[in-house]
Amino acid sequence: MALFLPLAAGIFFASAQTASARCCTLKTGASPNATAIATLYDIILGLGVSVFLIVFAFIAYSVWKFRAPKHPVAAQFHGNTRLEVSLTAAATMILVVIAAATFIALPTIIDPPNSNANVGSVLSASLTAPVPPNGKEITICVMGRQYIWRFTYGANCNKTAWQDRLPYSYQEMEAPAGEVVKLVIQSSDVIHSWWIPALGGKVDAVPGFTTYTWFEALHAHELYHGQCAQLCGREHAFMTALVNVVTPAQYEAWLRQQGNAIQSQNDQVAQVRRYLVKQGILTSSGNF
Amino acid sequence: MSTIEYTSRPVPQILVHEVHKPRLSRQWLDWVTTTDHKRIGIMYIVLTFVFFTLGGVEALLMRSQLSVPNNTLVSGLVYNELLTMHGTTMIFLFVVPVMAGFGNYFVPLMIGARDMAFPRLNALSFWLLLLGGIVFYASIFWHPPQAGWWSYPPLSSKLYSPGGGQDAWIFLIHLTGLSSLVGAVNFYVTIVNMRAPGMTWGRVPLFIWSILIYAVLLIIALPVIAAAVTMLLTDRNFGTNWFNPTDHGSPVLWENLFWFFGHPEVYIMILPGFGMISEILPVFARKPIFGYKAIAASTIVIAFLSTLVWAHHLFTAPMPLVVLGFFMLSSFLIGIPTGVKIFNWTATLWRGSLVMTASMMWAIGFIVLFLIGGITGIFLATFPVDWQLNDTYFVVAHFHYVLVGGAVFTIIAGTYYWYPKMTGRLCNETLGKWSFWVTFIGFNLTFFVQHALGLSGMPRRIYTYQEHMGWSTYNFISSVGAFIMAAGFVMSFYNFARSYKTGKVAGPDPWKANTLEWFTTSPPPVNNFDAVPRVRSVEPMRDIRLEIEAQTGALQKTGGSEQFSRV
Repeated sequence: MALFLPLAAGIFFASAQTASARCCTLKTGASPNATAIATLYDIILGLGVSVFLIVFAFIAYSVWKFRAPKHPVAAQFHGNTRLEVSLTAAATMILVVIAAATFIALPTIIDPPNSNANVGSVLSASLTAPVPPNGKEITICVMGRQYIWRFTYGANCNKTAWQDRLPYSYQEMEAPAGEVVKLVIQSSDVIHSWWIPALGGKVDAVPGFTTYTWFEALHAHELYHGQCAQLCGREHAFMTALVNVVTPAQYEAWLRQQGNAIQSQNDQVAQVRRYLVKQGILTSSGNF
Repeated sequence: MSTIEYTSRPVPQILVHEVHKPRLSRQWLDWVTTTDHKRIGIMYIVLTFVFFTLGGVEALLMRSQLSVPNNTLVSGLVYNELLTMHGTTMIFLFVVPVMAGFGNYFVPLMIGARDMAFPRLNALSFWLLLLGGIVFYASIFWHPPQAGWWSYPPLSSKLYSPGGGQDAWIFLIHLTGLSSLVGAVNFYVTIVNMRAPGMTWGRVPLFIWSILIYAVLLIIALPVIAAAVTMLLTDRNFGTNWFNPTDHGSPVLWENLFWFFGHPEVYIMILPGFGMISEILPVFARKPIFGYKAIAASTIVIAFLSTLVWAHHLFTAPMPLVVLGFFMLSSFLIGIPTGVKIFNWTATLWRGSLVMTASMMWAIGFIVLFLIGGITGIFLATFPVDWQLNDTYFVVAHFHYVLVGGAVFTIIAGTYYWYPKMTGRLCNETLGKWSFWVTFIGFNLTFFVQHALGLSGMPRRIYTYQEHMGWSTYNFISSVGAFIMAAGFVMSFYNFARSYKTGKVAGPDPWKANTLEWFTTSPPPVNNFDAVPRVRSVEPMRDIRLEIEAQTGALQKTGGSEQFSRV
């Protein structure tokens, strides 16, 4: 036992050191789901590093202490059932602890907290669309395609975006701070994976399926990077995404501005088109 | 000759070993037409090491590309081809078949049989493997596959991967799958039917246990991937829509089918390595394996559980929460028998008399690296954490710890251990130890920092990255480490090649080992054993040695590099 106490102290110190180092933890603080995942990760890291150090210490000690020149006669024993069973039980207990921690942390990760636009219970990577109890929600559709993300803003963005003239943007998503944003994720060609590390886990965009996730960006005036995490073709490396978090007022202003910009571009295109039809370059159905 | 004449000829009562005069010309023909399990085993090992080298070169090209941000050494297309070739080569053309190579050579020898049960099928297995490799590598002259070794549709469909490389990949899966399946049936029948008298299931060497379970897992998993790639083939070329989402097909169906094969495949790759370690450690610790039954039982439990964990590769795919929970818990469960193994290996070292040969160093290095890979596996099995880590460099680090630090280290340990038996000569121990340290350091430089890359958000399979992402330093360290690791492996390869002519003559039992392959000459004659001893324990060779020592009063003089003493 005399050996174990300093060992245990060393392990706790080392785990704490490791966990606090910038290299070895997940991103926290930007969104509650990402923070909860990072906490869960830290628990597993502490246990994992402890297990590694204990086993490694035994191996290193054995290799040093029992090397043939120093320890020429090997003890001949075949096993120890009691020790075997107790260590198996100990390993099981560690896994039970991790499983319990996971299920305790799970609601924070998959259910968004209340906000002005409460969207209710949302399942990550879920197949069923969440129905918010009060009907208030901020919904952004994420459509993956080789090799860019398209974001459409507003309710029913995956159904009637065109008729409703919903604003959209490519690559850079605008999001309001302090509001729960529900993401509706789809793909129009191959499998992609939506992932902004600071704003929670990734969700695959699988053609033929609709998946959902959420985030609540806590701080305005932050720009979060992410990129497609599933091999989607030769320019997979350049399928990046940005989330620009602004204040709710700025967000509404941006939506109006983006809607107007899209409208004026459409108007210009329609104007050019009328001109081309008039000149006989285009037919009225839009063919050359 | 009539039947009567034939049957009236005297039947030989004693098997003797026929001596052929070596034919100096056309020796290659002997190799091509051989059905001898030892020659087939050597051909397997040599061929798979060639593929290991090819896969390694592909890895070095990828690491060179990633060594600095915005690198233009290879294009995105070539990078995708490299990663597909690298993964496919290492899995289907190296780790799985090299285990079959060692199994071929050593299963009959360790169980006291004179050959495999079906020698011609055995030759067929090897030639199918070679054909698979040729078909696959021929695609580099046209359009190599580029959808990754998972080949997820729709990316692997005709629309997004029009080149024939994807079809070559499918053909490779069919050919190597058939090769492994035929081989697996052969191993199973051999082990079940052809063990030496007295070798009950409780006395079967642990390497044989692992090859038996390897065979069973192959028989369970391979038909699934064979069916899946056939469906992909008909989707691509004959108008079916199994996986085509625009016509009611489902890419998630492929993901499930693929990983139902793919996860047992992971254990197919590592279990024989576990078996080798369980043979090597007791020999060089000069004491019996700790917990023989626990190790054998944990092998069976791992194999059973490995068929129930496949969806932990799909935690980010569209799946209900209850499925995620189930697969998290089943993946946790598989950690328990794996932990039992690590505990038993550690306990085997405890109070032993450790002879630090090159083989032993690679084996102990394996335990440490596999331990790290096993622990990072727990992170990935916890599905909310996996939502962050899946498809990042953390995963790349994890599976290289279990497959390179795990499987490849066992393969090198096993090669150092069995090289004297296969060639009759000892390897250079000093070079083997240098090779170990260089590889061990290079390996950790390469892959340990990749955990940090994954945690800071670098996805896998990207061919370049921007400087402002902050990944440059780790990537540079990783690339330098890859070349150091490669140098370490080259040292061992050089050692194996050189020792074939110049190594010290080994004698039949240089390590004073425990199992029956050391009972015959090195290399063994064509018929392996002129007489097969009765097996009385899990360490028959040790029993024989002790008996001889007791009868003659003399320690067995061996040609080994070190002198051992053992009670």
